[in-house]
Amino acid sequence: RDFNERCAQCSEVNWGLTDGGRFYCRSCHNVTERTREVVNTDFLTNSRVQTISKGLRKQEKNDGGCEWYICEGFQLILKKQAEALEALGVCSQMKDEILCNFWRCYLQKSKQAYCKRPAGETVKALSVCESSTDVDSDPERPSLLHLLSLSESEGDLQTDCSFASSVSKVSESTSVYSGSVDGSLYLMKNQKEKLRMTMPMTLSFCYMALLWLREPITLSELLRFVVEGHIPYMNVFQHFPEKMKLCGLDLRIFCVESWPVYEEVFNKMHELAAFLDLPRFPDITDSCFLHPDMLCMKYLMEANLPDELHNWTCRVVKKIGIGEVDFLTLMPGNKSTRKVKYDVLAAAVIVVVLKLLFLLDDHYEWLLSEFAEERNKNNTEGGPYFEFKKWYEVVKQSLDVEQKKLDEKRAKYLWRCEKPLFYSVKNKSKALKRRQMVVNLQNQFGKLSGSVRCAEKPNPSSFQLCWSEENTDGSCFHGHSLKGVLQEKRGLLTAMNPDYWLCTIKLCNENLCGHLAHYREVEFPQSYHFVLGLFSFLLRIQPSYIHDEVCMIEHKLFNKKLYKKLKYNTVLRK
Amino acid sequence: SSHEHRLNFRKSKEACLSYIQDALLRKQWKRAAEFLTCYVESLEKDYSREHIGPSEMIWRIGTEILWHHSQSSMKEFNCFMEQMKTLGVKRYLKVCLEHVFHLLCNGQIDEAYQNLSLAESWRFGEQTAVQDKEMKLIEAYRGLLDYYSWSKQKNILLEHSEDGFSDLAVEQEMHSYFRKAAVNLKEIIKIPGVWDVFVKCYVDLLEFYGDHNEARQVLNEYAYNSKFPSNPNAHVYLYQFLKRQGESKKSLISALKILHDIVPSHELMIDFNTMLQKSKKRKKRRLGLEVIFAALDYAGWKENAKAWSCLARQVKQIVISEKHLDWIKQEWDSRKDWWPAFHFSRYLAKRNWQENKSLSYEKALVAGILLGKDCKYFKYVSHQGCKAQLKRFRILKKFVNRHNPVYLRISG
Repeated sequence: RDFNERCAQCSEVNWGLTDGGRFYCRSCHNVTERTREVVNTDFLTNSRVQTISKGLRKQEKNDGGCEWYICEGFQLILKKQAEALEALGVCSQMKDEILCNFWRCYLQKSKQAYCKRPAGETVKALSVCESSTDVDSDPERPSLLHLLSLSESEGDLQTDCSFASSVSKVSESTSVYSGSVDGSLYLMKNQKEKLRMTMPMTLSFCYMALLWLREPITLSELLRFVVEGHIPYMNVFQHFPEKMKLCGLDLRIFCVESWPVYEEVFNKMHELAAFLDLPRFPDITDSCFLHPDMLCMKYLMEANLPDELHNWTCRVVKKIGIGEVDFLTLMPGNKSTRKVKYDVLAAAVIVVVLKLLFLLDDHYEWLLSEFAEERNKNNTEGGPYFEFKKWYEVVKQSLDVEQKKLDEKRAKYLWRCEKPLFYSVKNKSKALKRRQMVVNLQNQFGKLSGSVRCAEKPNPSSFQLCWSEENTDGSCFHGHSLKGVLQEKRGLLTAMNPDYWLCTIKLCNENLCGHLAHYREVEFPQSYHFVLGLFSFLLRIQPSYIHDEVCMIEHKLFNKKLYKKLKYNTVLRK
Repeated sequence: SSHEHRLNFRKSKEACLSYIQDALLRKQWKRAAEFLTCYVESLEKDYSREHIGPSEMIWRIGTEILWHHSQSSMKEFNCFMEQMKTLGVKRYLKVCLEHVFHLLCNGQIDEAYQNLSLAESWRFGEQTAVQDKEMKLIEAYRGLLDYYSWSKQKNILLEHSEDGFSDLAVEQEMHSYFRKAAVNLKEIIKIPGVWDVFVKCYVDLLEFYGDHNEARQVLNEYAYNSKFPSNPNAHVYLYQFLKRQGESKKSLISALKILHDIVPSHELMIDFNTMLQKSKKRKKRRLGLEVIFAALDYAGWKENAKAWSCLARQVKQIVISEKHLDWIKQEWDSRKDWWPAFHFSRYLAKRNWQENKSLSYEKALVAGILLGKDCKYFKYVSHQGCKAQLKRFRILKKFVNRHNPVYLRISG
């Protein structure tokens, strides 16, 4: 694994060691003539290799397993995720070049491979077969309970008392249990220094690669694809090769029992980009999918709003400068610029535009709608005037149906997989028995479920809500006209609505409390809440995140006026 | 943390449970099964901190679904129960017992018996001692089924003896069931609790074999031992036994006294009042009046002609003797505000007259005494009665008119 050459057969860099001490390629099993001894001289200070040559560990365990390191596991996972993304249409460059290189860079920077290990650090990894006596005398070895109590943001496994109780009975003299070589060490490592790899971070890697390539997949979409099962995440470890035995502390690392959250993946990605010392990412220009103009178009369509609103979103984007290349392009390590959430930003722009045109104070928008309705009665030519009320009813109905479906899906989610998980040999038979019982019960009650349970994943789709202009029931609003809410003034179309209300007068300090504003449903009009809820559903994030972006945009938009009138009004006249 | 909204295993399963609960309440068994299928993987997580763990949930929910689902068979049900028995050692006997109940509901007495026997022989280290109560129940129910078999044999025997046959084999079997049943039933009723069915059966056995002393002791314990929860049926059983034994009125009365205290509206209050009325002791007669008034406080007794006739008889007797009018006054004081509307409205007068003349007669008498001859009820009924030329109503009218001053004394 410290061997950097590409395999002659398959060009992969994925080496293992055979019994005879030769290197073999894990991908195609091509065995080389290169032996350990040759490589050793280059990496004398790498104690991992040292301990191998000392023979402290057996190469092959009795149960047909082999030695494997945690980062190998992650490598496999990343590979699978990249393949899945390829299947979704992402260019193959992503897997073979971008992601691969990011990963190697990470390994190097975190000193897990491709480097010289500093002399002071020794690997105290232990495997299940050893009850090594030399461990007893080591005072620095962490207690099992200490390892258990390390809080993991991704795992809920610390609540698994059966592990705790079984492990607590284990005395200090026996080893920490993990299938991998460095499972226990991995959990011990100081997080801050080396940006330890976690499952959610695999998605950060993916997103980073996607961003570098400027692929048309936003982070919220990526996460949605993960939840829908198109990208391996939950239980992906079950596809590890047979030889890689997974148990004990490995589970804490690879078995997650919660879905990753947008913020988490997003923040980690930026940390990662800085950690890897990456240069400025490729420019996000106005022809990119991630540009607010493009994303707004997409979201407007999905939200069943008139195409004409796009003019307005573009105007807002231009006015506050969020369409600029320098604003949108990621510059890792630059702490002064705010990190751009492309999808949330675009959604927030639409919300602001809706506020500009309809006010959304639970009053004005309905008045405008009635007005438009009246005019529609006499309207014979051209498209119908957009009526907020009709749009609200149509969209709410669909949204409610979809939300209900989503809620049920969430309740029916199956978290466990076929591969039984157990922490120690003691637990193994119990775990297997339980698994068998679960399968039996699933069969028994599955038969009684009546209608077919959709075990198939829905086809991956970029659009969750579809509105067709061909529907004659008038449920598609794309072609509707905004004439009902606009007026001409000095040759320009402006909104009839003269007012605007700010979500917040003062922005919070994001670094202190994590948010720009604090959204509470009761403090805002229902219409506003509805609109937030719509995009919250589409992006699968909390409404408060969109609200934050809305506040940010508003403050940029009304910057001058705010500065002047901050002390006096909450409602401004445009 | 700010990620509290994220979906994790626990939240997902909580949501799943609430969908199951909703489906169960709406009797949507298919839907409940659908969600339960998704819930069962909770078994692989540890919930030892929770009050009710997933294994218990699955047992209870699964039982409900399999019991009611149209496509579920008894075979499936039994198979499921066997699985549940292996799931939780701490619940083993409870699951066995509930399984037995279901079998009995389904009429599968033999299977139920087999399961009980099997459960009785279960041993599991210290769990056996911990689940002692459940074990006693299991033994008791087996005893009950033994009683049931005994009863069947007894009937066969009686039939045969009528036909002139004597059947030694049946008799022996009968005795053997008796022994088995008696042992277990005796054990359970020692423990404080509500054991109506066990007590009844045990007493039945004892009476058949002539052990009246034991029977009496058992019933006394059941009724009077303060460690046992207050149970009206205990007193009823004791009373019925004493009556069968031909005991004195005195002991019968004392058996019913506590029943009156616990359940003033019990149907035996008529018997009670009848006995008390006839007593020579003044206190007892006084109590009788209290008893019958108290019973008629309850809506279920409003149209009970027998009860009204008891009250009427006693009231009449008091009025004629002119002694103890204060008794009536005492009873009437707390009732005069609401009994008129409750019992003696004009509407009721009409209805009672139409539906049950005897009832109206008795009520009219009481109304006439308590409320005077001018009260709505009495006026209407007596008028109707006289119009119909029924002799007793004429007599009634005279009687009430004659004793009208009594009303004045009572109401004043």
